[in-house]
Amino acid sequence: MHPALSILVFTVTSGFGYGLMTLLIVSQLLGGSPFDNPNAYLTALLLAFVLMSIGLLSSTFHLANPKNAWRAFSRFRTSWLSREGVLALLYYPIALAYVTALWLNDWQTTAAAYALGGLCVVLGFVLTHCTAMIYASLKTFPQWHTRLVPFGFSLFFVYSGVLAYALAVVADGGSPHAAVWISGCVLAFIGLLFKLSYFSFVGEPSKTTINTATTFTEATVRLFDTGHSAENFLQKEFVYVVGPKTKALARKITLALAFVLPLVLSALQLSRDSSSLSLAVFAVLCGYFGLLLERWLFFIEAKHVVRRFYGEQH
Amino acid sequence: MKLGLLIDLDTCVGCHGCATACKQWNTSGTIGPLSDSNPYGKDPDGAWLNRIRTYEVGDAPGSKTVHFPMSCLHCENADCVTVCPTGASYKREEDGIVLVDQDKCMGCNLCAWACPYGARELDRDQGVMKKCTLCVDRIYDQNLPEEERQPACVLTCPTSSRLFGDFDDPQSEVSIKARERGGRDLMPELGYEPTNKYLPPREKATVEMFEVDSSGDGFSLKGWVNKMIAR
Repeated sequence: MHPALSILVFTVTSGFGYGLMTLLIVSQLLGGSPFDNPNAYLTALLLAFVLMSIGLLSSTFHLANPKNAWRAFSRFRTSWLSREGVLALLYYPIALAYVTALWLNDWQTTAAAYALGGLCVVLGFVLTHCTAMIYASLKTFPQWHTRLVPFGFSLFFVYSGVLAYALAVVADGGSPHAAVWISGCVLAFIGLLFKLSYFSFVGEPSKTTINTATTFTEATVRLFDTGHSAENFLQKEFVYVVGPKTKALARKITLALAFVLPLVLSALQLSRDSSSLSLAVFAVLCGYFGLLLERWLFFIEAKHVVRRFYGEQH
Repeated sequence: MKLGLLIDLDTCVGCHGCATACKQWNTSGTIGPLSDSNPYGKDPDGAWLNRIRTYEVGDAPGSKTVHFPMSCLHCENADCVTVCPTGASYKREEDGIVLVDQDKCMGCNLCAWACPYGARELDRDQGVMKKCTLCVDRIYDQNLPEEERQPACVLTCPTSSRLFGDFDDPQSEVSIKARERGGRDLMPELGYEPTNKYLPPREKATVEMFEVDSSGDGFSLKGWVNKMIAR
């Protein structure tokens, strides 16, 4: 599958944005913000808004006809993409209402803040699930048509939120609760195990073969001619092939950058008396680019079944 | 009604006439134009609604060359319609034809991702998705003589390997032929329930093979002439 850069940036960046927002809300609701003053908390919330918006804007860059993008809010009853769009749009006013509720009550967590903040947290998870289901609902990609995909998206959404939240607190001069570093370590470890099991799942053969595609199930079938001299839309979009060596290298770098390094860095933070800013920045950079590479692999390793018609046996 | 095509893999000769007729009709039809990029260059590309690929089936000496035309199969369970966020893709109640409203499409490609048969192609110039319409702007045109109210690909096929008709009517030509010759679905395991059916090639007698004695390399007039002409 061709990896469109706009989609990679969109899913990872907005994941960090929604994740950060969720963690900021949860920490406030669980007993007050760890930030020095409301302005620092507000700045962190603003940063989450910016990340979310960069992600959403970049998602429109892969549209060939963006002037009709507003119509994407209409088919939420059937289309996961439409649901994602509707919820992403709905998220803004509710998150703003949450911030307003805090601001009006002198940054005290009132019942309204609990309700609106709780709604935002739930919405973040539902929204992430919708994004994941865009891929997981496609029967045409055996590597995507699995429950592993929504699980992974939710996991990475919380994980990137924890990394970003820790950095925000450290940047403000504070030290996050030990639970933050511990959950960073635990989530990185789960992410590592999850990714390893996904890699082995991706290697499983699919039941759709060149034989079921062409109806000749009792004979060998080989592609003789595609019928055209240059690559067409289908080949450019779906028959995007990366060599096995590059893929293996990308897998290793993904695991190291996205999970192992942040795990080690979070453990280091835990062992220190006061949290280090440079370590937190490094962890977020590793996590961001690691997850970007993870998303690239997610596309590269997904093989659309139309490739059978272009000669792929299974 | 459940309109669709019955394609005979036995008689198709792979002339690409159906694809060319399709391109010609539809580039000026309701979903036209079907844009091309670099059509006379080294790497021509463009939106086609019908493509013919060729396969070698079985192993020599009993192998067959099978030409395989594919356009939209107008599935009963058309996931391309379900995933569409804008409502541009739809399947008509009355005849089962799957269409794209060109005015609503935002070109997100998701329907092409959801189609296992590669029936949908993005027109990069227009920014919208193009697909087979079953020549909806021909088959209902009262101004055409009745025998011409058929898709362009069907009308042009020189070997009559393409038949158009109503699969809901058990007495229609397509239904009878599909029944008699065992019309098959592509990728039935995915559950899309395509309307278009494919007729398998008929069993043919195996060609007898003889060992050719190529040891004698003596001079022959025929061999000498062949050599000279080839030069």
